[in-house]
This record gives sequence, C-alpha cells and structure tokens, in this order.
Amino acid sequence: MGRLFAVTVTVIALVSAAIFALHTWWLPIDISAHGRRIDSQLNETMIVAGILFVAAQLALAFFVWRFSERGGVRSTRPIKPFPGGAAPMVVIATILVGIEILVLTFVGSKVWASVYQTPAPAGALQIDVLAEQFAFYARYAGPDGKFGGMHPDLMNDATQNFFGLDPANDTTARDDIVVGSLVIPVDQAVELRLHTKDVGHSFYVPELRIQQDFVPGMVIPLHFTATKTGKYELVCTQLCGLGHYNMRAYVEVKSQAEFAQWLKAQAAAL
Amino acid sequence: MSTTIAPPPPALPIARVATGSGGPGGSHVAETGVWIGIGTICMSFAALTSALVVRASGAPDWQHLRLPSLLYVNTVALLASSVTLELARRRLAAIALYATLLLGLLFVLGQVLAWRQLLLQQQSLASGPSSAFFYVFTVLHALHVLGGLCGLVYVQRRRGAGVLSAATYKAAALYWHFMAVLWLYLLLLLTIRG
Amino acid sequence: MTHVATPHTHAPPQSWLRRHVFSVDHKVIGRQYLDLALVAVFTGMLLSWLMRFHLGWPDTAVPGLGKLAPTGAAGGVITPEYYLELMTMHGTIMVFFVLTTAPFAGFGNFLLPIQVGAEDMAFPRINMMSFWVTLLAFLVLIAAFFVGDGPPLSGWTAYAPLSAVGKDAGPGQGSGQTLWAISILIFCVAQLLGALNFIATTLDLRTKGMSLARLPFATWAWFITAVIALVAFAVLMPACILLILDRVAGTSFFIPAGLVISDRLQPHMGGSPLLWQHLFWFFGHPEVYIAILPGFGIVSQILPVFARKPLLGPRVFVTCLVAIAFLSYTVWGHHMFLSGMNPFSATLFSVPTLVITIPAAIITLLWIGTVYGARLRLTSASLFALGFVSVFVSGGLSGFFLAQPSTDIYLHGTYFVVAHFHFVMGVAAMFGIFAGTYFWFPKMFGRMMSETLGKWHFWLTFIGVYAIFMPMHYLGLAGNVRRYSAFTDDYLQPLIPLHRFITIAALFTGAVQLIFLYNLIRSRVRGPKAPDNPWEATTLEWSTSSPPPHDNFGGRRPVVSHGPDEYGAPGPRDYVMQADS
Ligand code: HEA
Ligand code: HEA
Ligand code: CUA
Ligand SMILES: [Cu+2]
Repeated sequence: MGRLFAVTVTVIALVSAAIFALHTWWLPIDISAHGRRIDSQLNETMIVAGILFVAAQLALAFFVWRFSERGGVRSTRPIKPFPGGAAPMVVIATILVGIEILVLTFVGSKVWASVYQTPAPAGALQIDVLAEQFAFYARYAGPDGKFGGMHPDLMNDATQNFFGLDPANDTTARDDIVVGSLVIPVDQAVELRLHTKDVGHSFYVPELRIQQDFVPGMVIPLHFTATKTGKYELVCTQLCGLGHYNMRAYVEVKSQAEFAQWLKAQAAAL
Repeated sequence: MSTTIAPPPPALPIARVATGSGGPGGSHVAETGVWIGIGTICMSFAALTSALVVRASGAPDWQHLRLPSLLYVNTVALLASSVTLELARRRLAAIALYATLLLGLLFVLGQVLAWRQLLLQQQSLASGPSSAFFYVFTVLHALHVLGGLCGLVYVQRRRGAGVLSAATYKAAALYWHFMAVLWLYLLLLLTIRG
Repeated sequence: MTHVATPHTHAPPQSWLRRHVFSVDHKVIGRQYLDLALVAVFTGMLLSWLMRFHLGWPDTAVPGLGKLAPTGAAGGVITPEYYLELMTMHGTIMVFFVLTTAPFAGFGNFLLPIQVGAEDMAFPRINMMSFWVTLLAFLVLIAAFFVGDGPPLSGWTAYAPLSAVGKDAGPGQGSGQTLWAISILIFCVAQLLGALNFIATTLDLRTKGMSLARLPFATWAWFITAVIALVAFAVLMPACILLILDRVAGTSFFIPAGLVISDRLQPHMGGSPLLWQHLFWFFGHPEVYIAILPGFGIVSQILPVFARKPLLGPRVFVTCLVAIAFLSYTVWGHHMFLSGMNPFSATLFSVPTLVITIPAAIITLLWIGTVYGARLRLTSASLFALGFVSVFVSGGLSGFFLAQPSTDIYLHGTYFVVAHFHFVMGVAAMFGIFAGTYFWFPKMFGRMMSETLGKWHFWLTFIGVYAIFMPMHYLGLAGNVRRYSAFTDDYLQPLIPLHRFITIAALFTGAVQLIFLYNLIRSRVRGPKAPDNPWEATTLEWSTSSPPPHDNFGGRRPVVSHGPDEYGAPGPRDYVMQADS
C-alpha cells in the first residue's frame, strides 16, 4: 500500500509538472512592450515552484515507500527521529522560500510598478473605454482633441448614446468618435480611461498581458504599448451578470499609418 | 547507535505557568466569555468605523448630521446606570439593581425618541450617508444594550433565588460598563465625523 | 480523580427530543454540525455536477432538470444566468456550510471538550443555539432556490454594486440576493457564538495537568481557528448589514452615484464599491485559514498516531499556526491587486502574503519529516492525511503565482485561481474532513467504518481530484476566464476538450463520494463495535468509551500527565496515553 501511494504520488507529480514544462497549454503570444517582463517573472516562479513541488511530492512519496509497514504486518523496527529534529526544516523552508520571496518581490515589484505605478508617457494616445452589461465601447476625442462630458442621465443604448454625450450643448462632444471595438496604433503608448456605466467589469487582453477592473464611480487609467499588429480579443473578467461570458470586443492593433487613416475615416463619417 | 525511543517532546516553557486549572473552572468562564464578547463587539464597531471613514472621505454627498440633544440626556442615563450597578454590586442592594434596569430601559426609550425626532426632520436611513451611519451605529448599540438588559434581568432572578455567584455578577457588570464605554466612543465618533 | 461538580454539570436529559434534537451536549451538537455539512456538501457537489456538465456540453439538456428548474433550465438546458446561480450557491454552500461547519464546528465541537478533559463546552446553551442558528442560515440560503427569480448570481464574493442594486442587476438579484445576505448575516452570528465557546472552553475548562504544552494539536488548531473566526465574522457581519440596507432601505454604502442599470438611472449617491471588497476580503482571507487550519490540526494529530512517532517540532508547529493566524489579517488586499485600489498598496499586501508561505512550508516539511523513520500504518485515515500533504503542496504553491502582483496581472480572474482554491480548500480541507471522519468515526458512533471501502474511496478520490483540478491550472495559463457559463470566445474554443475531460473527471469523482456515503451510513448501523482505542492513540478521547458517556468521562475527570503524542516507546505497548499516570 505504501508503494502504491509512492508510485501514485510520483506519477501524478511528474505528469503534472511535465505538462507545465512542455507548455502543452500556455500563454498566448505576447504583443505588449511590458509583457516580456511579466512572462519572465512567471517563468521564474514556475521553475522555482516546480522544483519545490516535485521535491516535496517526491520526498513524501519516498518516505512513505520507505517507512510504511508491509502487508499489514506490525513492524517492530525502532523509529528514527528526523536527523537534526525540526531545526533543518525551519532553516530549509525559511531560506529556500525566503530567498525566493526576496528575489520575486524585488524583481516583481519593478514589473508591477512599470505598468501600474508610473504615469503614461507624454503623448500617449488617450482613449475612453466604457463598459456596460455586456459590451465595451471606445471613444476617441476626434479632431478637436477634446472629450465631451459624460452625463449618466443621457446614457441610452437605444439611441447609441453609450457615453451619455450631450452634443446639443457640448461642442467638444460633437466630434467624439465612439466605436464598438478598441482600435489602437502599434508601437505607440496608449492610455485608456476605464469607465463603467453600471456594475464592475474587467479589462483583460491575454496577449497584451494586461488586466484591470472597471469600478463604478471611478475612472481608472491604464496604459500600455502594443508591439504587434493584429486582431485580439478583449474579454470581461469581473462577474457582471448573466451575459458576463459573452462580454467582449476586439482589440485591433493597426500600423500607425493605418490607424491614422482609420481615425480620419471615422471622423469624416460623423 | 540506535535510539529506540523518540525523545519525549520537550515541555513548552509555558507549561509551568498555565497548567490546566483542573477545577470546576466555571468560576470565571462567564467573565472570559464576556471579555471575548467585548473583543468581538469592538471588532464589529471598528469595521463600521473604518467603513464610515472610507465612505466619508471623498464623497460629495456627506453632510454633517446635527445630533439630537436628547442623546446627551440618554448618555447621562446610561452612565448613571453603570454607577447604580456598581452600587448594587458593592452593597448587593436590590433597589440599586432595579434602578440600573430602569435607567437602561430609559436609555433605550430615549434612543427610540431620538430616532423619531430625526425622522420628523426627514433624516432617515436613506436620506444621506451620515444619517445612515447614525442609525446603523445607534441601533446596533441599542440592540446590544437590550441584550445587556436581558443579562441583568437574569442576574436579578438568580439573585432573587439566592444562587447568584459573584463571578456571574461581575461578568454582567463588565458587559454593562462596556456598553457605556462603547456609547461614549460612538457619541464622540458621531460628533466629530458624523 | 473525582472533582466537585462543575456548575453546568447536567444529568442526561430524559426526553428523546432533548437528547437527540435540542441537546446541549457538545457531542450531539458536533454530530449535528457534521450531518448538516454532509447535506450541504452533497448539495454543493450536485450543483458542481450541473455546472461541470454545462461547461462541457452547454447545449445539451440535463435529463429531468427542466422539471426541477423550469425557469433556470427550461427543457433541461441550463441558461447562462442559471449557471451563475448554481455557481454562486456552490461556492457559498461549500465555503460557509461545509468548510466552516465540518472541520471547525463539527469536529471541534465533538472533540475539543473531550480533548481538554472537560464535561462540556463552557456555555452549552449558547452552543446549542449556535447550531440551530447555523441551520436557520442554511435554510434561508436554500430558500433562495424557491422564491422570486431564484438564487443570486453574483458569486460567493457578492461584489457590489451587482449585489447591492437589486432586481435591475439581473435575475436572482432580487429576493435571492437578499436571502443570501440575510443567510450570511445569520451565519456570522452563529459562528461568533461557536467561536466564543471554543475559546472559553480551551482557556478555562482544561482538566488538571492539561497545560498548554500538552494540548493536542487538533485542539490548538481549533482554538486558533476560533480566534481567527471571532475577528473575521465580526467584520463580515456589519458588512452584511450594510449590504442589506443598501438593498432594502435605499442607503448608499456601496453604490456610487450615476449608475445606469437596465436603462434606469439608479437613485443612489456616493457609495464605494471598493468598501465592500475591503470588508469582504478582510473577512475572506482569514476565512480560508478558518477552512484549512483545522485540517492542519487534524493531520498533525493523525500522522503521529499512524506513524507511531511524535510530530516533528511540536513547538514549531504551534508557533507557525500562530504566525499564520496573525499574518492572515494583513494580506486581504491580494484579492484586490487589480480592483482599482491604490496600486502602491499592492506591494504592501504582496509581501505578507509571500511571507505566510514560510510558516505554511515549515508545517508541510514537519509532516514530511514526521513520516521519516516512522512505522507508518496505512489506514483510510492516514492515507487521507498523507494525501492532504500532497494536495496542500499542490494548492499552496499556486498561491506563489497569485501573490505576486506582476504575475497576478495575467492570472487574476482565470481558472488558475479556481485551480488554486480548489486544491487548498476544495481538496486539502476536504481531505482533512475525510481523515478526521475515518479517524474519529469509531469514537463518535461506537462502530468501525469499513477499511476496504475507505481505501477504495481514498484511491479513487485522490486520482480523481488531481484529474479535475490540475488541468484547471493549464486553462488558467491559457487565459481561460472564470465564471463563464460557456466559452464562446475564439481563443477559448480550443480549450473545450480539456473542459470536457475535467467534466468527466468531476462526474467520476463525485460518484466515488457515494462509496463514502454508503460506508458512513452502513457503518453507523451495521459496523462492527469499536473498542475504546482502536488506533492505539494517546489523547483523552481515547481514554473514554466509544461513544463517550453523556458527561464524557463517566463522572470523573481525567488527570493528564503526558504530552499529546508520546509514541515509539519500546515494548509491546509503544505509546503513553495522556491520562496514563
Ligand atoms: C483553504 C483555503 C486557502 C488557502 C490555505 C490559501 C492559501 C494561499 N493563498 Fe489562496 N485563495 C483561496 C483559498 C485559500 N488560499 C480562495 C478561496 C481564493 C479565491 C477567492 C475567489 O476569488 O473566489 C484564493 C485566492 C488567492 C489569491 C487571489 C488571486 C486572485 O484573485 O487573483 C491569492 C493571491 O495572493 C492567494 C494566495 C494564497 C497564498 C500565498 C496562500 C498560502 O497560504 C499558501 C501556502 C502554502 C504553500 C506555499 C505550500 C507549502 C509547501 C511548500 C512550499 C513545499 C516546500 C518544499 C520545500 C521547501 C522543498 N490566494
Ligand atoms: C469547499 C469548497 C469547494 C469544494 C469542495 C468544491 C468542489 C467542487 N467544485 Fe467548486 N468552487 C468553490 C468551492 C468548492 N468547490 C468556490 C468557493 C467556488 C467559487 C464560486 C464563485 O466563483 O463565486 C467554486 C467554483 C467552482 C467552479 C468554477 C465556476 C466558474 O468559475 O465558472 C468549478 C468549475 O468546474 C467548480 C467545480 C467543482 C467540482 C467539480 C467540485 C467537486 O465536485 C469535486 C469532488 C468533490 C469532493 C472531492 C468533495 C466531496 C466531499 C465529501 C463528500 C465530504 C463530506 C464529508 C463530511 C462533510 C463529513 N467549482
Ligand atoms: Cu462585464 Cu463581466
Ligand atoms: Cu486570500
């Protein structure tokens, strides 16, 4: 029975670890300027956690194999205390895990800071993103470079006034471009301002390695730079109601020229 | 070399101090219980206090609530009840215990009147955050006071039957004094932050 | 040793109702808690079956479900909102009514007074109330299935404003969500009453010679858990009150101004959704340790019994428990890295979270070191205890990824989190319950469980849970979002086969639990009579009869002169019981 336990634990541990190591299922490609650092942080954590995982499971398996009674026969073998008592365990755990924590925190907090604690670089493209049950909308300032004010009482899906703009009284709102997908230029910093009309949502683009909640009553800035053109999915990761699973939009990363053209075409169509 | 016995686990240093009481132990469980209860209640009100602080900061809709002056009368009643309870405990005088019960009841009634006054001034739970917090704090406190009154009635009945232990009496008094302290804290909080 | 009668000594009550239903006997109450947990866990498991089935085959009808839930699953096909309702109820039932009731309130009630050598809890009547109030909370929660638009759909975390604005937010957010909040409020009251008893009993009712150093590890764990519970539930309780007021009294604690929901401008002002999250997680993180610490205690008590060897580092173990309890209050923000709270505080929450892994890792190594050099007897109880170590390592290590804000950016809100918490609580804490059940069943019911069935149960469950939950890490790495009722996004399509595999594993593992249920019921009526000390263990519960008499030790109180795990003595009897002279 002890051997069966040992073999089962070993097989489970090795198979699980192998699937991680082989990247059978893994992160999609990274298309952001900061993503490489997140990926390397993840990889490093994976290696350390993987080693601890396999080591702990195998130690457990080995000891159970070695020290369990066979075939239900009462063993009379004298028991042996662990060499050195509990002290080595405390030392091993504190040093191994402790160093790891120091390293991960030191490196990791820099990664985090570069995404969330630094303001967007000057000249970043400003885009407003509005989340509502169950869709995302993006708004560009239009030729005047100014965003019109948002008025909750004017928000109306039927008239497509998602942002609650008031073009009749607000001249800056007249040329605002509102679209149902997020179109951004490649290799240029983008700063989003996240608004939600109703409940909490979240902004998640796996390829961009970015995630941020929308919080009712708050406008939350978020900045990043995309490095590859293409069409990616933006999905909602905060439970927001029955359509949560279906709340998404596309992120289209265009070359800077194409983007400028697209923006012009949108403005002209107003 | 082979050790046949694992060394018996070394005794913890605390062993000498805190040996199991072995006795009935019941003598001070009531007091322990009340202390634990006080800890819990403090935690709950601390949570509400931090909720108030968070809610008040940066909310444009926060208006200071003028507390009804009746509250100060109630405060006097509650404090007086603590004094009479101590008198009752020292002298074991029944009359002082009844006075405590009466003053406690007056406090609760006074609170009810204060709520009514506020309601007449259109200050309801829903009318704004400061009044909402006022009701939450004072109602919760009043419920705890009612609980304390039940405890005192129990004490009175045990006393009447001649089976009241000093420890139980002490525990009940501890809780009752804590109600007064908690009320003073709430009054202060609602005066400055409410 | 005879002692003066304790103030609460009670002769066994005469009427059947007082003995078996409204009993103040901690043993009856403990069993009642476990029975409640059993009902709850099978309810929760059934819900998880429905969820899993829907995730694998979203368009296929579940036979018979159409009749049971005509609105949620017309024709048997689960609607998106019904999926979320099932999920919310699954999470709530499991966390509150299984993982708080069984390992803590259930086993703790039955065993803690016996292990410290008391005749009952410090406040038996409050103890009885605690159970009935818990039952009331459970009934209120279950009622949500039958009233209005059904149960709430905002998850077990009930984030505001989704949970706070009422009907406009979606089906189930009307009466269902209100019942949810009331149920949790009632539950808080019940657990506070319970925790009060645990603490007072451990502090004041220890028998002669039961110094803190001789306290069994399980009792240590229940005691520390009670301290955590006292603070945690004391915070959740007012939070629930505020939530209820937002819902029914028109206040705006958690609802900001200017929300347009279902095309209606909500009449609220200035509330803070993050306030709910802070209050909830200030409770929520300690809650997960409430779920796991009793398991730590149970494993630390069981492993030495079957290893025939004292626990490695008893003092270190207790110190680590205390450290975990203390740290558990400083880490709640790790659930909120991406919630919009000040990003600078992320590091402040991340560091203690990572530090908490040190005592956890030490405890794990102590268990592994205890097995070294042992004369390990493999029974159902010890297999589950060893299995606990394995699955706790698996679940704990994924915490490393989530605890770092930089990697949580990618993993938050994905199945990686689901994998993490199922391993630590859906599996590890459950294994603690299983180990405890196989170990203490003879004491509780005076009959032995079937070891053969127990071992089958272990092997199939052990493999089954790895098959269910390990692949969820892979899903998470691939960016699979949690709380989705179907995977319609382009990038999620290729993951559906893996979901189907998980579903099959879940159906299988769930079915395996029927072996356990059968074993439990059969042994209760027909199991062979249990001796007083079937496992040759040392703590006080094994010094009394199986099951113990009404006052636990038959009119005497034991005197303790030994530590909790003195195993490995030479000679035919290789252990010294705590009550031995
Ligand atoms: C019993 C329950 C339980 C336990 C014990 C834990 C334990 C831990 N949890 Fe977990 N957690 C949950 C239940 C639990 N958690 C739940 C329910 C959620 C999600 C809630 C929701 O959103 O719905 C969650 C979510 C969660 C998050 C938020 C994720 C997110 O939403 O983005 C984080 C982030 O830091 C986290 C971290 C941790 C850490 C660091 C531990 C640590 O305590 C783990 C410590 C253990 C170890 C590290 C393993 C020890 C062993 C070794 C290390 C082997 C050593 C070997 C050698 C040295 C050779 N948890
Ligand atoms: C204790 C906690 C617990 C347990 C045991 C489980 C058990 C299971 N869970 Fe659950 N789950 C949660 C807690 C738990 N879950 C929580 C908190 C959530 C989050 C909800 C939210 O997002 O809001 C969740 C969410 C959740 C999801 C994610 C939903 C989503 O995000 O869309 C899924 C999906 O597969 C899932 C599946 C399962 C399965 C297949 C099982 C099981 O069926 C596995 C098999 C069962 C067992 C191995 C245990 C059986 C135990 C006994 C029979 C012992 C009883 C004995 C006594 C009481 C004495 N769960
Ligand atoms: Cu929006 Cu989920
Ligand atoms: Cu946590």
